[in-house]
Amino acid sequence: MSGFFSPRAWNKIWIYRGTFLLGLGNTLKTAVFALLIALILGILFGLMATSNKKILKSISRVYVEVIQNTPVLLQMCFLYYALAFSGHSPGIIVTGCLALGIYTGAYMAEVIRAGIESVPKGQFEAAQSQGFGYAGQMFYIVIPQSIKVILPPMTNVIVNMIKNTSCLYIVGGADLLSLTYSFVTGENTGGSYAPAYIVCGVIFFIICFPLSSFASMWETSLKKREQKVFQNSTAKEA
Amino acid sequence: MSMIRLENVNKNFGDLHVLKDVNLEVEEGEKLVIIGPSGSGKSTTVRCMNFLETPSSGHVYIDGVELTSKNKTRVVRNSTSMVFQQFNLYPHMTVLRNLTLAPMKLHHKSKKEAEELAYHYLEIVGLKDKANVYPTTLSGGQQQRIAIARALCSQSKIILFDEPTSALDPETIQEVLDVMIKLAKENITMVVVTHEMGFARQVADRVIFMEDGQIIESGTPEHFFTNPESERVKQFLGKIIR
Repeated sequence: MSGFFSPRAWNKIWIYRGTFLLGLGNTLKTAVFALLIALILGILFGLMATSNKKILKSISRVYVEVIQNTPVLLQMCFLYYALAFSGHSPGIIVTGCLALGIYTGAYMAEVIRAGIESVPKGQFEAAQSQGFGYAGQMFYIVIPQSIKVILPPMTNVIVNMIKNTSCLYIVGGADLLSLTYSFVTGENTGGSYAPAYIVCGVIFFIICFPLSSFASMWETSLKKREQKVFQNSTAKEA
Repeated sequence: MSMIRLENVNKNFGDLHVLKDVNLEVEEGEKLVIIGPSGSGKSTTVRCMNFLETPSSGHVYIDGVELTSKNKTRVVRNSTSMVFQQFNLYPHMTVLRNLTLAPMKLHHKSKKEAEELAYHYLEIVGLKDKANVYPTTLSGGQQQRIAIARALCSQSKIILFDEPTSALDPETIQEVLDVMIKLAKENITMVVVTHEMGFARQVADRVIFMEDGQIIESGTPEHFFTNPESERVKQFLGKIIR
């Protein structure tokens, strides 16, 4: 009855399609808010990592290493129960956004650090020698040059984050994977294991695949445009 | 009052004592050339003048104001410009934008004023036709002339040159030196770290020789190239002038 080709199983999924849509909605909601948190943390800690103040560098390092070297599931449980025991119960979605945001922020910070470090030191010095302050240096000279280095890996981080919303399962989330799991194990709805997981996977793929393709297309077009500008100005010169 | 004054400036990089109690004054409009073997602290000395290196101890005064970590951005913006060995033009901007960025964003000039200024200095360095190309399409000598024009666009009283011709191939060195010689006729204070002795002889009001983080000898170019006191300077010049 749980067979891959069983029309009954597929039919059941069609009847309960609302469950999947609800899960998708929750996953996207979590992803968007977690992304905002991750971006803020990533920019903050990424900038700290490239500062010449040792203390800021160390703080950023500790954050990145602690987060990258412990499982996201653990972080999620920790945050959920720590918040619960301290008397605040912000709810699963909020916890999920926070935990995922903090986790993804560490990867964002590394991507941003690498992007900024890809800009030659002479560029910073030229900007300083003209009298640009930190913000001016970053805004006019460093960020425009590092954005090409930052964007493609950043999109990968985002794709990973969307997939990681499934970790909300551990604290009883209502994300796409958690709802799929409750669906296949549910008393009234259970049984359609293979089809349900396929549907779940297809939904994830439909969100993530365009995103990663878009990133690589964007990268290629940026490179092409740069080449074109280069050729144009060479042509003008000739 | 002197334009630049270094007072007992020391600089350490870890265990390395790069500058040892350097005292130096540069008058307004003076053309000072700093020579010496590599690793002698020449570059560090000029880089202390705009706080690209912060001295480990001692004081730096620019136009009578002590340069500190707090006021450096403002003082540097208003008084000094720098020309680097590696040009350091902004590769993501056209030549024109390279030249107008600081005047527009830092010196509150309108786009029109900034562009007029840019074209004026591009004319001086002989590259008016390159305004709309990207720097990476230009030769080293052209890039350095653009970098000089960029420095001029800030209209600072002081321009610091950190080995401006050392990264150039021999054929393009002269075009850059010619621009610098032209500049030397203006009332701009110039501090130039260089190995170009012909240039030193032609434009310097004063030459100083550095070795091991100290100023060993200081004098007019004539004094230097005809009758230097220290043996070390004689030896150095003997090797470099052929």
